[in-house]
Amino acid sequence: MTYTEIERQWTTRLRRRFVRLLPPEKLLPDTQPTYVSSWIYVFGVTTLAALAVVIASGCLLALRGPQWWHTSSVGHFVNSLHLWSVEIFFFAMVVHLWGKYFMAAWRGGRALTWMTGVVTFLTSIAAAFTGYVSQSNFDSQWISTQAKDGINATGAGAYFNVLNLGQMLMWHIVLLPLAAIVLTGLHVILVRVKGVVPPFEEPVKVSQ
Amino acid sequence: MSLTHFAALLPLDTLGHYLHWHFIQISVANFVVIVLMVFTFIAAIFAPFPGRRRRKENQ
Amino acid sequence: MSKRFRPDVDVAPWKGGHSPYDIIKEGTIALVVVGLLTLILAVVFGSPDELAITIKTWSNATPLDFAATALSELNLTSGTAQYGAPYNNASTGQQLGPLQLAKWVGARIPINTVNDFVIDPLKSLPAQPDLSTGLKQWSSASSATRSHWVSSYTKASAKMTFVNGQVTVTASDVGPLPVLINNLTEMARSGALDQALVTQAGFYTTDFTLPLLFLADGSYLASLADHQHLTGDQWGMMNETGNYPGQAWLWLYTFWYQIPPFNASGNGDVLVWGLMMALSVVLLLVPFIPGLRSIPRKTRIYRVIWREHYQSVAKE
Ligand code: HEM
Repeated sequence: MTYTEIERQWTTRLRRRFVRLLPPEKLLPDTQPTYVSSWIYVFGVTTLAALAVVIASGCLLALRGPQWWHTSSVGHFVNSLHLWSVEIFFFAMVVHLWGKYFMAAWRGGRALTWMTGVVTFLTSIAAAFTGYVSQSNFDSQWISTQAKDGINATGAGAYFNVLNLGQMLMWHIVLLPLAAIVLTGLHVILVRVKGVVPPFEEPVKVSQ
Repeated sequence: MSLTHFAALLPLDTLGHYLHWHFIQISVANFVVIVLMVFTFIAAIFAPFPGRRRRKENQ
Repeated sequence: MSKRFRPDVDVAPWKGGHSPYDIIKEGTIALVVVGLLTLILAVVFGSPDELAITIKTWSNATPLDFAATALSELNLTSGTAQYGAPYNNASTGQQLGPLQLAKWVGARIPINTVNDFVIDPLKSLPAQPDLSTGLKQWSSASSATRSHWVSSYTKASAKMTFVNGQVTVTASDVGPLPVLINNLTEMARSGALDQALVTQAGFYTTDFTLPLLFLADGSYLASLADHQHLTGDQWGMMNETGNYPGQAWLWLYTFWYQIPPFNASGNGDVLVWGLMMALSVVLLLVPFIPGLRSIPRKTRIYRVIWREHYQSVAKE
C-alpha cells in the first residue's frame, strides 16, 4: 500500500509535530545511555506501578460503594490493599524525589519535568487527604474537624468544605485522581522527550 | 468463603506506640516508614546494579 | 558557545555509548513487585477502621458534656458560634499579617448555632406539651429576654446535674431553657438529633457539616483523639489510629505546629499554611534558585550514583 501525506492539513501538521517531538524510538527506547546504571532509576517506575495499584484497588472499592468496606470483610480487605498501596506510592515517590534532587535532574532543559513532579506530589497529598476524610469513620471525623481550621483560615474553606462528605468523596474519586493521572502522564512524557539527564561533567574533563 | 478468611493476620489495631524526644513525638509505625525510606535511598545509590557490567558500546 | 556553561542548569550533549535497557520489562517487574508487596502488607496488617462516633454515643457517654455544649451553642460561646467565616461573622478569624483571608471570603456556609443546633431540631420532635410550650415561649420572646434567660441559666449551669436521665439546673428567671436543654439532651441520647442535623436540607444528604461541628464543639471527640495520639500538639496530623503508619509525608506541616511562633499564635493555622505554600513554591522552583540548586553538585552524592560512569571516564 502506498501512503501519501496530505500537505497543508491540520491533522498532518499535528501528527508531524508529535512524531518530531516524540518519535517511537524515543517514546519506547530499547537502550539507555550507559550512565543509566543505578537502582535509584527504578523508583520513578515503581511510583508509576504503585499509582496503578492505588487506582486499581480504588476502583475495586468503588464497585460496591463507599459504605461497603465497613460492613464486609472482603471490602475491608480491599480497603487494606488501597491503604498499603498508597503507603508504597508515597514511599517510592519520596525516594524518587530525593534521587532526582541529588542528580540535579532538572539540568539540560528538564526544569518542567521537575516542576510537573512537584505538582504531582502536592496533588497526591491532596488526594490522600481527601481519602482520609472520606473514610466515614472515627479517623475521618477527627481529621476533617481539625483540618477545617487550616483550610478555613486561608479562605478556601468557604468553597472546599472538608466537613461535606459528598464533596470530599467526589474530589477523592474523580477530580484529584484525574489531575494526578494527567500530571503523571505529562511528567513521564517529558522524561521521554528529554531523555535521562547526563552526569555532571567533572572539572578535570571540562578543560576546553 | 468464610468471612474470617479476610481478617488480617496481625492487625495493628492496638493502641499506638509513640516515641518522645524533647518536643518531637512520632508513632513507631511512621518512624519505621521514614527509617526504611532513608535506608532504601542509601541502598539504592550504593547497591551494585546488576546486568550492567561491561557492556558493548553499540554506537 | 558564547554563553557561559552553568553546571547546575546546563548539560553537555551525551557523546558516550548506549546499552540495552528494557523499560517495559522493568515496569512489568515493578508492577508485580508492588502488587505482591501490597497484597502481603494487606494480608498481614489489614487496615484501621475505628467506628465513627455519633451524637448519640457522645451524649450517652458524657451527658453533661453534651448539655454544656448545647448551652454553649445558645450562649454563643462554642467554637462554632465564635468562629467567624465561613460559618458566621462573629469574629474576624485568622489573619496573615494584614490579610483577613477568611473574612474577605465571608460567611458562605452560614450557621446559626442557636437555631441550627438547638431550636430547629427541637421543633422537629413530635409534639409534647411542655416542649411545645417552651418553644412557643422562646419564639415569642424578644431577643433581650432570650439573652437574659440564657445568661441566668449559664450562671447557674456550673451546678448542672444529670440524674435519672434528666438534666437539671436549679435557677430562676431562665424561661424555657431547662426544658429546651433537657429535651435536646434526651433527643441526642435517643439518636434523633443525629438524624435531625443531617436531614435539614431534605431527604438525601451527603453533607455532615452540622453534626461534625457540633461534635467538635464538645470535648468528647477531642478526648478520644487525645487517647489515640491524634491531636495537633501531638504531631497528630501524621498519625493514624492504632499502630498503623499515617500520613508521614505531613511531617513538615505538623512540625510547625509544635514550635513558636505557630504553637502560641491565634493565627497559627494561617501562618503554617502560608509558610507551607511558600515552601512548596520553593520546592517547585528549585531548578531556578541559586544555592539550593547547587547542593547536589556540592554534596557529590552523584559520584556514588554514577560511579560506573566516572570509573570508565577515569580509565580513558
Ligand atoms: C506520581 C508521581 C511520579 C511518578 C509516577 C514519576 C515517574 C517518573 C518516571 C517513570 C521517570 C523516569 C524514570 C526515572 O528516572 O525514575 C521520572 C523521572 C523524573 N522525575 Fe518523576 N515521578 C513522580 C513524581 C516526581 C516528583 C515528586 C519529582 C520531583 C520533585 C519528580 C522528578 C523527576 C525528574 C526531575 C525526572 C527526570 C529524570 C532524569 O531525567 O533523569 N518526579 N519520573
